[in-house]
Amino acid sequence: MAGRGPAGRPGAGGRFAQFKLVLLGESAVGKANQSSLVLRFVKDQFDDYRESTIGAAFLTQTVTLDENTTVKFEIWDTAGQERYKSLAPMYYRNAHCAVVVYDITQASSLDKAKSWVKELQRQANENIIIALAGNKKDIVDENPDKRAISTADAEAYAKEAGLLFFETSAKTANNVKELFTAIAKKLPLDQAGPRNLRANPRTGPLDLRPEATGQQGAGNCNC
Amino acid sequence: MSHRDDPRSEDGKKDQSTPARPPLPPRPTNLSFFQDNNSNRQATSSRPPTRAGLVSSATTALSTNDVNAYTRLGSVRKLRTVPSQLTSSPSMSKTASRTASDTADDSSIRSYGLASEQAQEESIFGDGLASRKNDAFGTDSGFISTHDMLEEADVPPEIDFEEEFEPVSDDIEQEEVAHEAWKAKKKHFLILSAAGKPIYTRHGSDAIISSYVGIIQTIISSYDSWNNQLRGFQAKDARFVILSQTNLFLVAISNLSESEAQLRSQLDALYTQILSTLTLPTLTHIFSVRPSTDLRRPLQGTEVLLSALADSFTRGSPSTLLSALESLRLRKSHRTVINNTMVKARVDELLYGLIVAGGRLVSVIRPKKHSLHPGDLHLIFNMLFEAEGIKAGGGESFIPICLPGFNKTGYLYMYVSFLDVGSESIRELGLDENIAKEDAVAIILLSANKESFEDLRSMKGYLVHELRKNGSMKVIHKAVQSGRPLPTDIVPGTALRHFLYKSKGNVQFFMPAFESQFSDMQSKRQLFSIYHALHASVHAKYAAVKVQHIVNSTCSALAWVTPMFELYCIASAGTSRNALAQNANKVVQYIQREEERIFLIGGAVF
Repeated sequence: MAGRGPAGRPGAGGRFAQFKLVLLGESAVGKANQSSLVLRFVKDQFDDYRESTIGAAFLTQTVTLDENTTVKFEIWDTAGQERYKSLAPMYYRNAHCAVVVYDITQASSLDKAKSWVKELQRQANENIIIALAGNKKDIVDENPDKRAISTADAEAYAKEAGLLFFETSAKTANNVKELFTAIAKKLPLDQAGPRNLRANPRTGPLDLRPEATGQQGAGNCNC
Repeated sequence: MSHRDDPRSEDGKKDQSTPARPPLPPRPTNLSFFQDNNSNRQATSSRPPTRAGLVSSATTALSTNDVNAYTRLGSVRKLRTVPSQLTSSPSMSKTASRTASDTADDSSIRSYGLASEQAQEESIFGDGLASRKNDAFGTDSGFISTHDMLEEADVPPEIDFEEEFEPVSDDIEQEEVAHEAWKAKKKHFLILSAAGKPIYTRHGSDAIISSYVGIIQTIISSYDSWNNQLRGFQAKDARFVILSQTNLFLVAISNLSESEAQLRSQLDALYTQILSTLTLPTLTHIFSVRPSTDLRRPLQGTEVLLSALADSFTRGSPSTLLSALESLRLRKSHRTVINNTMVKARVDELLYGLIVAGGRLVSVIRPKKHSLHPGDLHLIFNMLFEAEGIKAGGGESFIPICLPGFNKTGYLYMYVSFLDVGSESIRELGLDENIAKEDAVAIILLSANKESFEDLRSMKGYLVHELRKNGSMKVIHKAVQSGRPLPTDIVPGTALRHFLYKSKGNVQFFMPAFESQFSDMQSKRQLFSIYHALHASVHAKYAAVKVQHIVNSTCSALAWVTPMFELYCIASAGTSRNALAQNANKVVQYIQREEERIFLIGGAVF
């Protein structure tokens, strides 16, 4: 894995592409499921007691696919909390790819993941690449009784919805690199488009009003 | 702890007639209304003197506070024998009070007035203040009697802090053990909904606290139903303070000799934290739709912020005690350069911009129309520097945050980037890079626009680049590295061990480094308990005390309050009152001389 930050530009002739990736999922009570996955990917670390994200964290990581190809991910690690749900569109609006995380030891988490996938397919970029990641594989490897969602079920759903699918373990790093590499391989590297995402200001003034008010919840009418 | 018996204390009189088990608060404080002040007072003074500095019979700031809050009748006066000397003496002319035996003290006190411009400036505030000033300074008798009276007063008892932050196990089989561990904590914070649902507890699991929460809710709501809000009470050494806000009850239980007002401001900070997560309309809405809502879900992920706050209070937080922030000491010219650079880098979306290094303010910029509320700043500081969550998140964060002082009905969006300025090239901190609070430099940019991330991010990029180019990053780094001066650096040879100085006008405080004797948590807490005691005694409602001197076997301490500043200093035991006063004077002189470096004055406006 290349060093972090934008320093990963390869020499002349190499292909370099930059993509926006958003991480979504239900935040497990207390501990952050998805954040630990990012942490493993970006920093190759794991922290058992990691608390979930507050707000959203912005991180970057570069993946070298082959000698000539480098992919830089700009990652939005969104907080899974319900109260930030209305902010999610902002994070996935221009995303090229998304990782939707669930917890294979918690049955309800796949439902939540499914609803994220649905929302992404309806509202995000048309060509967004979505990967479904069933995390906490280490727990199940150790104690198969803890599994709440079978691999077959999740895989069938992923296939049907057209998603990449991996069962991962942020703790043991199992499949984490593979997950992000698979996404990188699927991205349209040949299109020049995403090369300089930030230099392209969004076209036209965005009308933020409806979102902005919706964001403050129904309480707004109380003022 | 005696929650179980508390319902019986609903009425003060009943309380006295019903011998409770275990011993009850002699009187719930807000009931003093209904009671004869006389008996009230006696009940208080019979309390064991553990409550410290403040304590000793008549000046107990807590009780004068309570009593005076409701009545300022002569009967009260009579009871407050010593303080009444304090308050009545201003009527004497200065010369009259200058008896021979007082001369020494008098001169030391007068030197305050001469030495500090600030003391002179006080008179600008007109007669009322001027006469109060006499209270404080002119009356040696006040000074002396306070001192004499407190001579044998203990400063807070030894605090065993070793287990304070250990988690309480929730092993069901060891329920007894868990309950004991819970009770052994010196300080508790509990938050429950008006409907009695637990929302937050610093210690213990639901199973352990549920019965306590039930009792607390019963007590509070029974008072509520009589339209008489319960604000606090005392049971033995434990002080209970209750803050009722928008369908929430926030409860502090402290064995650390803190005053009601101090605990209340801590609860306020916790409430503000909740507001900053949810906004007021959301909070109101949640409970209006379903009063039995479990607020833990909407608050999910912020427990760590609440706990970080709670623990900082338990350890002793000068910024909360003084309601002020600390700035990084910089040359005025350096700060101006940094301010200007930030103004230059500003993007349209920016509302407020802050640079904070090592938990200390470096620079603030704001629009002309909007001032920045100190409470809001405090909230941000707590979030970023007390809780590990965001810092540990590394990289850059974008956080919706409601700043209640600015607007409690909506969110602002806060961009935060932690930098490592120490290394050759300034870089963003990596994920989970453990950097000490003292070394972290944060760029904090606030906007009202939730789409502003990219703009704020590019501003940060430019700002960091410019600050580096003009050498400001090095300046900041150096200032952070050199740390706070020791008391002996400020006043050579001083007997002062530590002090807190609050500049009221700037809402900022200054303190020296902690000497090695305060390096462990326990002795630091002891130090703060003395500060709490001093603070409480000079902040008691209607108490005219402006100078307070506490002596005990471990230290000699002084509080001095003027309209311009508050100074609390602590010297080694045996330091004479004169020496203490002279040192305090020197500290004030030093700070006045260095004011423009120590404090961030004004900040830049755009």
